[in-house]
Amino acid sequence: MVVEHTYHVKGGDFTHAGSASSKVKKLLKQLDIDPKKIKNIVIALYEAEVNIVAHAWEGEIWIAISPEKITMVLTDKGPGIPDIEQAMVEGFSTASKEVREMGFGAGMGLSNIRRNTDELKITSEVGTGTKVEMVNYF
Amino acid sequence: MFKERKYHALRVDPEKCFGCIHCMKVCPTETIRVKDGLAVVNDLRCVDCGNCMRACPVDAFYIIQDDISRIQEFKYRVALFPSVNIGQFPEKISDDQIYGAIMKLGFTHVYEVEQPIQWLIETIYEHKQQNPDKQPLISSFCPAIVRLIQIKYPSLVDNIMNVKAPHDLAASFILEKLKQEGARPEEIGLFYIAPCSAKIAAVKDPVGEQESIISGVINMNELYNRVMTVIAGHPREEFEGYRDYLSREGILWPLTRGEARLFKRRSMAVDGIHNVVRILEKLETEELPDIDFLELRSCDQGCAGGILLSGNRFLTVERLERRARRYPRAAESPVRPELREKVKTSLISGEIAPSRVFQLDPDRAKALEKLAKVERIICQLPAIDCAACGAPNCHALAEDMVTGHAKMTDCIHLQHRYLKEGKMTIVRAFDNLEKIWGNGRFEADCKKRGARNEGF
Ligand code: SF4
Ligand code: SF4
Repeated sequence: MVVEHTYHVKGGDFTHAGSASSKVKKLLKQLDIDPKKIKNIVIALYEAEVNIVAHAWEGEIWIAISPEKITMVLTDKGPGIPDIEQAMVEGFSTASKEVREMGFGAGMGLSNIRRNTDELKITSEVGTGTKVEMVNYF
Repeated sequence: MFKERKYHALRVDPEKCFGCIHCMKVCPTETIRVKDGLAVVNDLRCVDCGNCMRACPVDAFYIIQDDISRIQEFKYRVALFPSVNIGQFPEKISDDQIYGAIMKLGFTHVYEVEQPIQWLIETIYEHKQQNPDKQPLISSFCPAIVRLIQIKYPSLVDNIMNVKAPHDLAASFILEKLKQEGARPEEIGLFYIAPCSAKIAAVKDPVGEQESIISGVINMNELYNRVMTVIAGHPREEFEGYRDYLSREGILWPLTRGEARLFKRRSMAVDGIHNVVRILEKLETEELPDIDFLELRSCDQGCAGGILLSGNRFLTVERLERRARRYPRAAESPVRPELREKVKTSLISGEIAPSRVFQLDPDRAKALEKLAKVERIICQLPAIDCAACGAPNCHALAEDMVTGHAKMTDCIHLQHRYLKEGKMTIVRAFDNLEKIWGNGRFEADCKKRGARNEGF
């Protein structure tokens, strides 16, 4: 059994940033999953969702929940990331919380995503968009 | 590890309840349903916040309590009285008159619970220091919020401080004090005058603790009426001796920022359970700044808005703030060094366990199937959220269906579709409605309760 959902994300719509991740959180809480694992999933998804809002023009979040894991794929149309490796390490690895206090979009939060996911794959094409694939096991 | 609680203090009086949607709509945990024309509360999900009682247009909710005559079983009869209760009384009635009236009701001691608050303050500071990972530290003061976190925000239970509340502080202190003065423990009756249903539930069924040392609970609403009946003139006795340990911080404790003000660097106070829900959602996704202490209270204006308090909450706050100014700071109030360690040790509570009452099924694969089923049912439901099915909204009805507590034909709008499609008879549809709203509910009745904007 797999439960799938697709959410549309509008670039620049900061007012609604995080609504997809909070919907996913509600779904996960109805299953017997360690609350700490839910927290990791939601933090990673929130971070990735905000990235779309802050940096891309629009995007789509597709999630699939099976009894063992959740797969989350975020595809956006946007400027893309020129150097993914650099974006992963750059600056904010220890400062994510402070960064968020400064407001959305101040950092990519990619390192924060990596800390909270079991599998992470990012592909990007400059000028076209970015695809973030995350898997978390329960 | 998981202790599912069954006790709750709020009850529905079947004689008064006529079945409407007011309570159902305001319950923060969507735990009320209407069946046979009566509101039914699911004990496992109720957090005893009292929102339903506030919303009820016909006063059908009541709160269980101990009979005040029970105090006669004891030689030493102590009324443990939250200072916020003082703020209920009209301005012209003095503190001593209130104390005097409580004594007239048969108590031998009257004791405001926020003393000696300095020991509770110290215990909280020490707890914070020993648990730097609890960032933010969440107050355990409001039992409705502790229950809410247990059932809806299980990932945050570890942040709740394992420190007890003022009523435990005073209970422990007065018990030790009376024992020291020669009383035998079995002669001492400690009766807590509760400002709310949540505190009553917390005394009757404490979280993270075996059993409370408090002997009984009395509803403040009832005590208020009794006190107002016996209050007369100026009491001859002097009650200052009972307030030796009362302080400014203690009096302000039950009000909003009462605890948060202890944390000077960064703290936040949120009151009103729906506001608290919003903050907890944010805390769960780490969207909050680096806060040391989070004070969360179910009622607007903290306990001044307690469900068993009859006074206007803003007037209560004003009276308490003025009263607080007349009292010394907690650090300056007298100490009883010989009791200090013993009482402070008793203030540490056990682990608070998360609860699973919102899971659709204990088996994850089965729960997932039910989740998918909810989605399919939602496609069929009209999303009017009218609650005419006896559930607070369409989504809640869908969940009830997958857990076997409701059926498609409970939706009155779907009934119409089924009627149109010839899948249902009008008699069946009507029977279904009567099952939810009660027999004869749809007969004309000019004397019926409700429907006249009562309660607004
Ligand atoms: S006390 Fe609060 S949680 Fe319990 S049924 Fe009433 S509104 Fe719901
Ligand atoms: S805020 Fe105070 S009165 Fe209200 S539920 Fe919590 S403890 Fe009770």
